[in-house]
Amino acid sequence: MPLIWLFAILLALAAAGYTLGRRRAVAVSGGDIRRLHSLPNYHGLNVALAVLVPALLVLFVWLIAQPMIVDARVAATLPPATPTSERALVMSDVRRLAEGLELAVQSDIMTEDEVQRLNAAEDGIRARLAPLGVALGSNVDPAVLVSAKRYRALSIAGNTARNIVVILLALGGLGLAWGATGLGFRARNSVERAVLALLIAAASIAILTTAGIVLSLLFESINFFSQYSIADFFFGTKWSPNFRGNSQLGILPLLWGTLYISLIALIVAVPVGLFSAIYLSEYAGPRMRAVAKPLIEVLAGIPTIVYGLFALITVGPLLRDYFAQPLGLGNSGSSVMTAGLVMGIMLIPFVSSLSDDIINAVPQAMRDGSYGLGATKSETIRQVIVPAALPGIVGAILLAASRAIGETMIVVLGAGAAAQLDLNPFEAMTTVTVKIVSQLTGDTDFASPETLVAFALGLTLFVITLGLNVIALFIVRRYREQYE
Amino acid sequence: MTDPSPDSPLRPEHGSLLTQNARTKRRNAAEKRFKYYGMAAVGVGLLALVVLLVSILGNGLSAFRQTHITVEIALPADTLDPGGNRDIDDIKKVFTFGYAPLIQAALVAKVDALNARPDGMSDREIGALISKQAAATVRDHVLANPDAIGTTHRFRLLANGRIDGYFKGRVTMDTAERDGNVTPAQLRVADALKDDGALTTGLNPRFITAPDASDQRPEAAGLGVAILGSLYVMVIVLVLALPIGVAASIYLEEFAPKNRWTDLIEVNISNLAAVPSIVFGILGLAIFINFAGLPQSAPIVGGLVLTLMTLPTIIIATRASLKSVPPSIRSAALGVGASKMQSVFHHVLPLAAPGILTGTIIGLAQALGETAPLLLIGMVAFVREYPDAPPEGFFDPATALPVQIYNWTQRADPAFVERASGAIIVLLVFLVAMNTVAVLLRRRFERRW
Repeated sequence: MPLIWLFAILLALAAAGYTLGRRRAVAVSGGDIRRLHSLPNYHGLNVALAVLVPALLVLFVWLIAQPMIVDARVAATLPPATPTSERALVMSDVRRLAEGLELAVQSDIMTEDEVQRLNAAEDGIRARLAPLGVALGSNVDPAVLVSAKRYRALSIAGNTARNIVVILLALGGLGLAWGATGLGFRARNSVERAVLALLIAAASIAILTTAGIVLSLLFESINFFSQYSIADFFFGTKWSPNFRGNSQLGILPLLWGTLYISLIALIVAVPVGLFSAIYLSEYAGPRMRAVAKPLIEVLAGIPTIVYGLFALITVGPLLRDYFAQPLGLGNSGSSVMTAGLVMGIMLIPFVSSLSDDIINAVPQAMRDGSYGLGATKSETIRQVIVPAALPGIVGAILLAASRAIGETMIVVLGAGAAAQLDLNPFEAMTTVTVKIVSQLTGDTDFASPETLVAFALGLTLFVITLGLNVIALFIVRRYREQYE
Repeated sequence: MTDPSPDSPLRPEHGSLLTQNARTKRRNAAEKRFKYYGMAAVGVGLLALVVLLVSILGNGLSAFRQTHITVEIALPADTLDPGGNRDIDDIKKVFTFGYAPLIQAALVAKVDALNARPDGMSDREIGALISKQAAATVRDHVLANPDAIGTTHRFRLLANGRIDGYFKGRVTMDTAERDGNVTPAQLRVADALKDDGALTTGLNPRFITAPDASDQRPEAAGLGVAILGSLYVMVIVLVLALPIGVAASIYLEEFAPKNRWTDLIEVNISNLAAVPSIVFGILGLAIFINFAGLPQSAPIVGGLVLTLMTLPTIIIATRASLKSVPPSIRSAALGVGASKMQSVFHHVLPLAAPGILTGTIIGLAQALGETAPLLLIGMVAFVREYPDAPPEGFFDPATALPVQIYNWTQRADPAFVERASGAIIVLLVFLVAMNTVAVLLRRRFERRW
């Protein structure tokens, strides 16, 4: 019985439970539901939850645990001579073959008897499973076939047991909750407890996500560092991955490219963003503000792939033809300058809207005091408002820097792929994010350091951006408390 | 007492209030300069926006028009249906190779009838004016209408990408000289066909509906699979992120006690909002594909990854709109005997719904434009098949709009730049539509308490 049927049965039982519970509550109250503690709906929901919750929990745990247990039991029967390194491969063969046989029985290519009598000497298994899309690497080894049959038998037994246990649990929950339904039963409280648990679970997904990110990055990075020395990774000045081995995977050129591009982006974005925030909040009239502010914020809503294409087809060739080539600085369309400029444009609204909030948070009394002393508007801004808002502005710049460092599509399309330590801004350079993309797309082999290095790069990136964010949020928060 | 006399010691040293001295002038000039810097900054921001949009529109609008050549093609029974019994299985055995010569012959006849063939031009070169995709088009037509075999039928076929580029200004006689794929002579034949009316440039709905095409036939490439894939991904994001995000916000805003655990959740949410998107791609690859064994390139994985990415946005928006519901509403509900849960679900949540919806749409718009995480989970693969209808379709290989754009930028033929820019226009239209809906919702339902 496929899983979807099990779900359907559970849902049907829950629906039946709801009706039964509700009806019983109404019946017990003798037609006057005011005598009940909870509304009849809650009694119905309580029964439905009693059907679903234990059954689904057990089902969930079972779905995770069963493959592990079956794996372990089958692996124990493999010939003890198999070396540990090959065990994983043999087991994956076994699993694939077992799934193939199951598929064959389900789609009526083989009967149950045929599977039982199947032996590896007849060289037909591969050909018979091929039309089902089951690709077996080589001819089937007799030991693998035996294990696969055992695997399948165990899985089938496990599935049957699972279905029985889950349905029994559901029925038991139905019976118990139905029996508990009565005048004084606090159905609403129990339903609300369940809903609260659901809400807490939803809120905890944020923690799970962070844990997932950290664990997946750490796990694979440790894997990588067991094959490649940590010192060479963090202090190597050469990046030349080679899929035949002997790669040099030093992060320094990538970090250099990342920081160089981010620096140029900030040099563009910070003055423009800051000055437009100052102008819009201190000088511009309400009309101008109503038009210009949303327009600048449109820049923030444009997807980064659009900026990437803009860098690739417009900014890159422009810089190459009018600056790099006449100045003799290189003839590459993709360069640090291209990516930095375009990324700077992307960050303008980010800097300006953050600074806008911060400037508006400076109390009016400080401005008035400054004007009262005879300062002009610009003097007030430079000598009173900006110093007062400085921590917040620094926080905004750090947040922008973290954005720039983590940005991917603009640099993939605009910066180039050559890893080098160079000062010339019209030279193509590459960044951490570009290399994560290039090492993880296409054919990847998750045992080689050339692929695993992407996780170490990801971890570095995660740590840097997280650090910047934490510092920035800390600064911004401390500053806010000053004026409240 | 009147005004101080000119030589009185009371007179201010810097002269009259009506004339500015050097210092005031300097200060006023600095003031003006400062203001101009501000205006210049705003100008730079707006200019960047304009240049960006003009560049994309200028490059991309032509993707919505396409050059077609209309020819009368004879469909001889002896080559297309060798068995002669109009059995569909037999007809299917004739592959596109069987159709290509028919198209070439038809076009050659047309060109010769116009007397437009330049000296020394081979039949092959004339045939190359039509896209390689045309044979498949004709074959599909024949398979759909087997009765057409043995007749002559008028087809409107795609012109080759270079010919199309010629009529859009991308290819000129000069570039054709240096181009291995097209000759100036071919362009002159195309001009002759245009004068005759057989060659037309018109709207190209197939750009929206057709699947991607290989590197050699940019003229046939379309966005159908990508739009469908993006739609599937968005459906998954909406179905997962909205309930989870709303549930999480309700807990944090209405129920959470102030303790370590809720603090931890709050810090996590604000940090997740700032994690680079590519890290979510790594998470998807490691957890959903390598660990959980979900298929690569599938909308389900893309949807899950983007759900995790969008959650912080939705949670922040939802909390803001829950917060804006005044406490008196809650007190009133509690006062007439509702439980805390009932007051939230029956009264606060409906009042906060417009704000939640607006935040959700904005989160979805962000997710729609996201590229980097989808690259890592394999949605960049070349996919020509439309995914099945959901729910099975969620597990079929598909691609998404921004990834399709990236994919086209990596192709060699310059015609794909036009396609990529055109695809961006489609993407931006979707984004503008979503944001407009969000703004309208806010205007329509926003309530000031």
